Amino acid sequence: MSVRRSTVIFAWILLLPAVLYVSVIVAYPLVDTFILSFTDASLKKTTKWVGTANYDKIFNATFAEVIVRTFVWTAFSVAIKMIIGTFGAVMLNAAVPGRALFRVLTMPPWIVPMAIGIFMWGWMYNGQFGMISGMLQNWGLVDGPVAFLAHGSTAFWATIITDVWIGVPMVTLYMLASMQAIPQDLYEAAWTDGAGRFYRFRRITLPLLVPSMITMSMLSLIATFNSFDIIWILTQGGPNGDTTTMIIDTYRTAIGSKKYGEGAARAVLICIFLSIFCIAYFRVTHRLASGEGR
Amino acid sequence: MSQPAMINRYRWYELVGIYAGIFVFLSFILSPFVEGFLVSLKPLGLLFSSPYRFWPQNGSFDAYRSMWVSVPGFARYIFNSFFISTIVTAVVLVLVVPSAYAFARFRFRGSGALLAAFLAVNMFSGAVLLIPLFRLMRSFGVLNTYFAMIVPGVAFLIPSGIWLLRTYMMRIPRELDEAAFVDGASHFYTLRRVILPIAMPGITVVAITTFIGSYAQQFIFALTFNSKTEYMPLPIGLYAYFGRQEVVWNELMAASFVGIAPAVVLIFLMQRYLVAGLTAGAVKQ
Repeated sequence: MSVRRSTVIFAWILLLPAVLYVSVIVAYPLVDTFILSFTDASLKKTTKWVGTANYDKIFNATFAEVIVRTFVWTAFSVAIKMIIGTFGAVMLNAAVPGRALFRVLTMPPWIVPMAIGIFMWGWMYNGQFGMISGMLQNWGLVDGPVAFLAHGSTAFWATIITDVWIGVPMVTLYMLASMQAIPQDLYEAAWTDGAGRFYRFRRITLPLLVPSMITMSMLSLIATFNSFDIIWILTQGGPNGDTTTMIIDTYRTAIGSKKYGEGAARAVLICIFLSIFCIAYFRVTHRLASGEGR
Repeated sequence: MSQPAMINRYRWYELVGIYAGIFVFLSFILSPFVEGFLVSLKPLGLLFSSPYRFWPQNGSFDAYRSMWVSVPGFARYIFNSFFISTIVTAVVLVLVVPSAYAFARFRFRGSGALLAAFLAVNMFSGAVLLIPLFRLMRSFGVLNTYFAMIVPGVAFLIPSGIWLLRTYMMRIPRELDEAAFVDGASHFYTLRRVILPIAMPGITVVAITTFIGSYAQQFIFALTFNSKTEYMPLPIGLYAYFGRQEVVWNELMAASFVGIAPAVVLIFLMQRYLVAGLTAGAVKQ
């Protein structure tokens, strides 16, 4: 069927509302962020161009620390999410009674309002009366109360654990779906040849899961890099900035201190990193897709 | 006995291992909910005492009554959350259904790039674009209204909606459209009378996932673009209490549980659609 002109026009009419909407609410702000990053925009009425002053100002030791921290935080969070999430998927893929229920029970962290799950973690991390500190004391593993959110190193890990908790259901369900897409006859053929369960897992399941693992890690990387709610609710980037990631830093500068220009410069840097991740994602998934065709 | 049944038969130690693994995994997932629920049953005196006790002694549902008094806006917050999510879902559907059809059926110059551009929206969180969005909402004059939370919320839910529904619509046989054309139906008529009825299950899945996404992610826009108590969605309404020096934890947890109840009921009713919906397009991309 040749593409007729009226068809193309019809397609564009269908697309127009969504295209317009996203242009105004996403594309325009993206451009505006870039423009603002070269101004001294703030609550003042007047705004003037300041060239690259905002960028000069942020490239200092503190900001380098924020970038490194963001990457370390993200890397640990994604890695742990993938390990726990894949582990859960492997377990829930076993044909045992009750697995339908177990799968449903995996979903709550993802589906309840995020902030509410984080409140619960906030209480569990409480030093005087919280569950984790309390349990550790009852078991004699620590001597006194541990206020997890009050110290830099523990707060860093506490926020990671909560981020992992929210991200795991997505990884598990995705990996579960990928596992169920593996043709059953592969297993049956191996089984007929006398291959054991563990051997089948290592030689069939794992290799065929690698593409999904790569795809999921990259999706997870983008989402985790953007993580805001968890750190903001638990620590607001503290103590002493030890959980301040780039997103939190941008929010504090722009919304907290009303320095829109400086905040925009930080946001532009985040966008650059995200674009790199996104291009990598498209390339990798494209390569994986064409690899499967061979 | 058939082969699949034999292949799936586990020895006793394998079963023990699998159930142990599932137990450890679900403990991590569910412990905050279990702890949160037990906290909501504990009287404050027991809560703020050491040593820590996991099980509530003389637990009661008192907090579920008293919270309505100590969190005066509670009913309003829940209403706001539902109201915002409902409007967001409606707007998303209006925008997503036609574009998903266009992407599923028509190939024209730039359609691939446009689809990629839509998907790329997914990689930006609202947090990155907060400054211009704030200025935009201010110039629209919608700061401190429902719109300030609805308008940006919609934009970030469009991409996954398009992707999901496009995948679904591509599975509808093309012959149906063509048969309608041959009978002299217009494009618009075909979409409305042929495609939409068949695509209803897919549209339902998109509606559910959008609603849940919107219900679960009401935080940053509500935190930044609205300061009026009467418009606050549940997470922000409760956050105001969370931030205080003396948090009444049992009531906060009780309120949280009542607040998440609708989502939990939805999960159980819709679980089949959810798993299908949330992971659609995931495997075959």
